Amino acid sequence: MTSESNVKWIGKNTIRPDGADKVTGRAAYAADATMPGMIWGKILRSPHPHARIRSIDTSKAEALPGVKAVMTSADFVEFPVDTPVPIGIQDMRWMSRNIMARDKVLFAGHPVAAVAATTEKIAEQALELIEVDYEVLPWVIDVEEAMKPDAPILHDHIRFEGKPSNIAGKLEHTLGDVEAGFAQADVVIERSFRTEPVHQGYIEPHACLVSVSDGKATVWSSSQGQFMVRGMCAHMTGLPQNDIRAIPAEIGGGFGGKTIVYLEPVALVLAMKSGRPVKMQMTREEVFRATGPTSGSVSKVKIGATKDGKIVAAEGTWWLQAGALPGAPIRGPVGCGFAPYDIPNVHTLGFDVVCNRSKVAAYRAPGSPIGAYAVECVMDEVAEALGIDPLELRLRNAAKEGTKAAYGPVFPRIGYEETVRAAMEHPHYRAPLGPNQGRGVASGYWFNAGGESSAQVNINEDGSVVVITGHPDIGGSRASTANITAELLGIDYRKVSVLIGDTSVIGFSNLTGGSRVTYASAMAVTESTREVINTLKARAAKIWGIDPEAVIWENGEARPAGENAGNFEPLTLAEIAAKANSTGGPIGAGKQLNAVGAEGGFGTHICDVEVDRELGIARVVRYTAFQDVGRAIHPAYVEGQIQGGAAQGIGWALNEEYIYDKNGKLDNASFLDYRMPVCSDLPMIEAVIIEVPNPKHPQGVRGVGEVPIVPPLAAVANAIYNALGIRFYSLPMSPPKILAALEQTERLAAE
Amino acid sequence: MPTVSMTVNGKSVSADVEPRTLLVQFLRENLGLTGTHVGCDTSQCGACVVHVDGRSTKACTMLAVQAEGKNVTTIEGLAKGDELHPMQEAFREHHGLQCGFCTPGMIMSAVELGMRNKEPTEEEVRHWLEGNICRCTGYHNIVKAIMAGARAMSA
Ligand code: FES
Ligand code: FES
Repeated sequence: MTSESNVKWIGKNTIRPDGADKVTGRAAYAADATMPGMIWGKILRSPHPHARIRSIDTSKAEALPGVKAVMTSADFVEFPVDTPVPIGIQDMRWMSRNIMARDKVLFAGHPVAAVAATTEKIAEQALELIEVDYEVLPWVIDVEEAMKPDAPILHDHIRFEGKPSNIAGKLEHTLGDVEAGFAQADVVIERSFRTEPVHQGYIEPHACLVSVSDGKATVWSSSQGQFMVRGMCAHMTGLPQNDIRAIPAEIGGGFGGKTIVYLEPVALVLAMKSGRPVKMQMTREEVFRATGPTSGSVSKVKIGATKDGKIVAAEGTWWLQAGALPGAPIRGPVGCGFAPYDIPNVHTLGFDVVCNRSKVAAYRAPGSPIGAYAVECVMDEVAEALGIDPLELRLRNAAKEGTKAAYGPVFPRIGYEETVRAAMEHPHYRAPLGPNQGRGVASGYWFNAGGESSAQVNINEDGSVVVITGHPDIGGSRASTANITAELLGIDYRKVSVLIGDTSVIGFSNLTGGSRVTYASAMAVTESTREVINTLKARAAKIWGIDPEAVIWENGEARPAGENAGNFEPLTLAEIAAKANSTGGPIGAGKQLNAVGAEGGFGTHICDVEVDRELGIARVVRYTAFQDVGRAIHPAYVEGQIQGGAAQGIGWALNEEYIYDKNGKLDNASFLDYRMPVCSDLPMIEAVIIEVPNPKHPQGVRGVGEVPIVPPLAAVANAIYNALGIRFYSLPMSPPKILAALEQTERLAAE
Repeated sequence: MPTVSMTVNGKSVSADVEPRTLLVQFLRENLGLTGTHVGCDTSQCGACVVHVDGRSTKACTMLAVQAEGKNVTTIEGLAKGDELHPMQEAFREHHGLQCGFCTPGMIMSAVELGMRNKEPTEEEVRHWLEGNICRCTGYHNIVKAIMAGARAMSA
């Protein structure tokens, strides 16, 4: 490991390698790609939330001049519903049915057919000529309704406790004996909560361009993983993976929502059928209607504590909407909800419930914010009931090294306590509040992830370096990779170029997601660079005619290990590179690995709100986020992740929600009606980085990007309670809801 | 099809377009200036902001034919050769971007603010940016970048 004293680049806010391209408009996003002969693909979507497809007649559309291809699910490989086909954490049975309905449409917006034509306008006209005969079925949108005995059943093959059901899965963790635990408690608080689905809200709509020639396909698209794109395209079309080259375009935000495909396999089939390159791009409305929000939920959380503030038992049940097909992120609340605390008796339970909404996709720490919202609001009430400061209560119960989490692991060295202490000591926590202002705190946890990564590090003839990794860069990972490589080699980071390889040039690399890239990719890059350093030492040894063991690498130079090794002038990386051909050939190394040891991350947030009692608007006026990140390779982008995640959480708490009309159709499918935070809605968000290095990583990295969206929901709710004395048990805490609650309180006071 | 002529990034351009062609489509599809992005269908996101006769304008709210005879600047026209505009430099320096998709629109909006106000306060910047959405950054570094960029513009 690099010794702390001479660290040069790790921890420095270097200028990102892609900065100039992004501020000049040169960076190429998926929608920017064009090709000669390119035609346009468009998707026909179901108007019904639930219907059987009796027949689809595409003949009129096919006959329209300018139309080059029409497709339906009949053009995809069929995956029988009773045999799982896993790819990563997804299942191709559901993926293929999600992007093109088979037999039934399951949500309004569900694709039923697609067309490619010479212009977008002709493609749109052709969609209108496709005749779909639907048998409209009863539908269910609400998670509680979906579990009632007489609820319309979405999937005949799904059974729960022996009966046809919309409950597609269950996850349960038990530690100790909760009943015995609650019996010891002096204070027991149990509450129910509700959250609505919220969208990831990346500003770049999904887009792709696919060309097929001589049976070989090239796919340019915006995704969080080119290997995922290749794999899913191969599964759905039956093409072998070596015939698909997936090229990652710059990605305009993903937050989990681009860890699956929507357009690429459709465009691929249209390109195969038409023989022309096919471009597809979604409108914002399509993004809202048919790509993944995260689950809405109902939940119940119960916490019991003794008078001295020791939590003795905790219980939580979460029912999460999966949308049309199974796959709600129940692991999030069930595993993460109580993870910040050392509690002897815990029982958590989660249900994956299908209903006639668009299928959910991952969203930043999937499910964990929903868990923390309920747990951290109840924690606030427990603190109040006991008369203990809410951070003090968290500190007294903080999970630490050796704590057994209910979901299984015994924590190694973790930094939760440090986040709470830092929050308690921060001036924000003691700053005076103005009228109608309130302060709330909350904590949160995310598992983080490792997995497969590949890297190639090449030394160029002039001594500069090219690093290729296989992970799309969403949040500045190229900058952190450059920092790490420069650090290890002991050279200026500007001499290092970092590229994202497509599927034909770099080995398999798993998705950018789960806060895994800087963690896992840094391991592959580190191992590759170490091998390069060994080669550089061997070459120097050869030039000097000494034993490679007698050479050390220091500050970007090879030096003899000591006096005994001989008296030679150090050789710089550039000097060795210049002689590479005569000393054994090009210098480079590539490593592929499956990273394990991604340790979890914790955060604690302090939020101040000010409520306008006339308008019902709660505004966040001060926000400070404390997070253990292990090691900040590039602090500015670590802070950026924390600020961005907190902002998304604030939006979730205050305004964002999917609203459905009485026909089961999404009613607010635009940025006009789905209100994400704009600049004037937010204050500066102070990010306080805490570094408790992950002992299992060469640079000490833990994931960063997921944790910051976990605490805000409860932090905001607790702050609003502090300001108004009113607790809100459902999100979002939007102006109409706050106004109604204020009016009700006034009414009660008047009576 | 009507013919439309305008000056884009200092060059006169002219093309036959469908009357309903939006300025943003004209820039992206006819001229290949893909730095101007499209993020929404309802004129909320601001990813498409360009300057029309010096005023920042959402290029998705204007027809190409409405820009007849006007002087249009896109993100590609801001730098002088390799020398970044001070606002571009400020975004790069102050890490005012993550995915970068909102960045061209943010910068074009910010440049107009910088022209009007040499030292905008945090509040003025936040207010000015109401028509530009960023989902990645929480705006923190964007606000810092714009305050610094506006100062650099007047230096
Ligand atoms: S594309 Fe969103 S405002 Fe123009
Ligand atoms: S940097 Fe991604 S939307 Fe602003």
